[in-house]
Amino acid sequence: MSSHITVRLQLSYSGFSLDLDVQLPGKGVTALFGHSGSGKTTCLRCIAGLERAEHAFVQINDEVWQDSHNKLFVPVHKRSLGYIFQEASLFPHLSVRANLEFGLSRIPRQARRVELAHAADLLGITHLLERAPNHLSGGERQRVGIARALLTSPKLLLMDEPLAALDSQRKAEILPYLERLHAELDIPVLYVSHSQDEVARLADHIVLLSEGKALASGPIGDILARLDLPLSQGDDAGVVIEGTVCEYDAQYQLLTLQLPNSTQCLRVAHAPLAVGQALRVKVQARDISLSLHRSEHSSILNSLQATFISETATDNQAHVLVRLDIAGSALLARITRYSRDQLDLQPGQSIWLQIKSVAVLA
Amino acid sequence: MPLSSADFAAIWLTLKLASLTTVILLLVGTPIALWLAHTRSRLRGPIGAIVALPLVLPPTVIGFYLLLAMGPHGYVGQLTQAMGLGTLTFSFAGLVIGSVIYSMPFVVQPLQNAFTAIGPRPLEVAATLRANPWDCFFTVVLPLARPGFITAAILGFAHTVGEFGVVLMIGGNIPEKTRVVSVQIYDHVEALEYAQAHWLAGAMVVFSFLVLLALYSSRKSQSTWS
Repeated sequence: MSSHITVRLQLSYSGFSLDLDVQLPGKGVTALFGHSGSGKTTCLRCIAGLERAEHAFVQINDEVWQDSHNKLFVPVHKRSLGYIFQEASLFPHLSVRANLEFGLSRIPRQARRVELAHAADLLGITHLLERAPNHLSGGERQRVGIARALLTSPKLLLMDEPLAALDSQRKAEILPYLERLHAELDIPVLYVSHSQDEVARLADHIVLLSEGKALASGPIGDILARLDLPLSQGDDAGVVIEGTVCEYDAQYQLLTLQLPNSTQCLRVAHAPLAVGQALRVKVQARDISLSLHRSEHSSILNSLQATFISETATDNQAHVLVRLDIAGSALLARITRYSRDQLDLQPGQSIWLQIKSVAVLA
Repeated sequence: MPLSSADFAAIWLTLKLASLTTVILLLVGTPIALWLAHTRSRLRGPIGAIVALPLVLPPTVIGFYLLLAMGPHGYVGQLTQAMGLGTLTFSFAGLVIGSVIYSMPFVVQPLQNAFTAIGPRPLEVAATLRANPWDCFFTVVLPLARPGFITAAILGFAHTVGEFGVVLMIGGNIPEKTRVVSVQIYDHVEALEYAQAHWLAGAMVVFSFLVLLALYSSRKSQSTWS
């Protein structure tokens, strides 16, 4: 059985056209990332069948949902998908429990893989089951919406900016649930977002959309570190690295993370975690400084040896963006053009980098 | 006894006509209102205007054209004659058809407003939760549009009760067949039976007031989609 998602879409209305041909992994979280108007939501709606692209081929693992060559269009209600809208869109005339049962009761018993109690527990809504939707907070409503979609035991979960309508506190309340979902359920997720932070936290794979076209598609570590994409141009450019916990210093409350395929480690302030557990961190390009020698006696905790690969101009004349490599993991550093000339960096050269801060994404 | 048996026959006929018309209108009006609320077709404007025509036309105009159409030389009349049904003019069935057309906007418009207010989102949500279109109509649209259905039924019923011009044009004044309350009042006045006319007319005022009272007091908190 092939485990991938194929999406080919061609669609145009006045002033907008979508032309997409991507192959995505059939598991994990794939982010459709781009500015508003880039066609992210339209793309998701076409995959769901809520909108009908004139020319389209949509295949989810071994199921074909649309093939316009063979005039095949599976109606939305026959597609095994879960769709999370930007606003939770709960049915106001039904209680939370009845909302959850709406999808569940339409799935044949033998096809159910998620139980109501489990989904409610996973999203922390067990105490809300008998309430009416208009007595819930925005964050609670969205969690009910997610649980409702999960209960249809979908083969694909489509999430259209599920956090966009919420304030930052509510976002922080939901993100851990989305991470649990990612960790505990084996359902591929397509996640539409324009927030780099959300994508960095949740996504394994990323499709970069601009004006209805895919600029790039690939694993998140690769895409965020590519100098040729607009992602690296912004002020919050940076990379995501998944390290493995190898030690915890209880006295100073520092966690040591081993970088993939490397003996070098990052130390971050964090609560204790079990050795061997994976942890995602984001390292911003503006938080890295470079030097030719290892700097001792510094307050900077993380000093790593890396190889200089290449550089590119940024949106700012005074700065350049430098790509570095540590055993296959890419890092970006934003330094001044002056510093670049002083250091006289050559491709392949070994160099020391200091990381001022590391953000843990979990 | 202030009301004669002829008066009671007229009241009974009116209630029968209004009830039957309301039921037919809810069945016919719902798909029309659904279509008007959701379509992107260019026909939306013209169809909406045709449905609304009875709001502005004098009932005699509607009655006149219905009389021509259903009469022995009209298209409808020839069709019903070919089917062996005779003509529908001056019959109860003809009155029902006339009333359905006459009261159509009073049923379609509240329904259309209710469906428009619900919007496409709940239907999309229901579809992603595996509800087929019929299932979606009965479990989502119907409950959410309930206030609209109540308004439509009450207005359709009340407006049919108040019908006069169309009835006179296509139904005439046949006791127990086409003589409704409004026509009966007219007859009493023509015969200078003012006391009789008062009883019936007063009953109509009270009835209409109670209907509207029920309608306006039931509109307290209409559920909104969130």
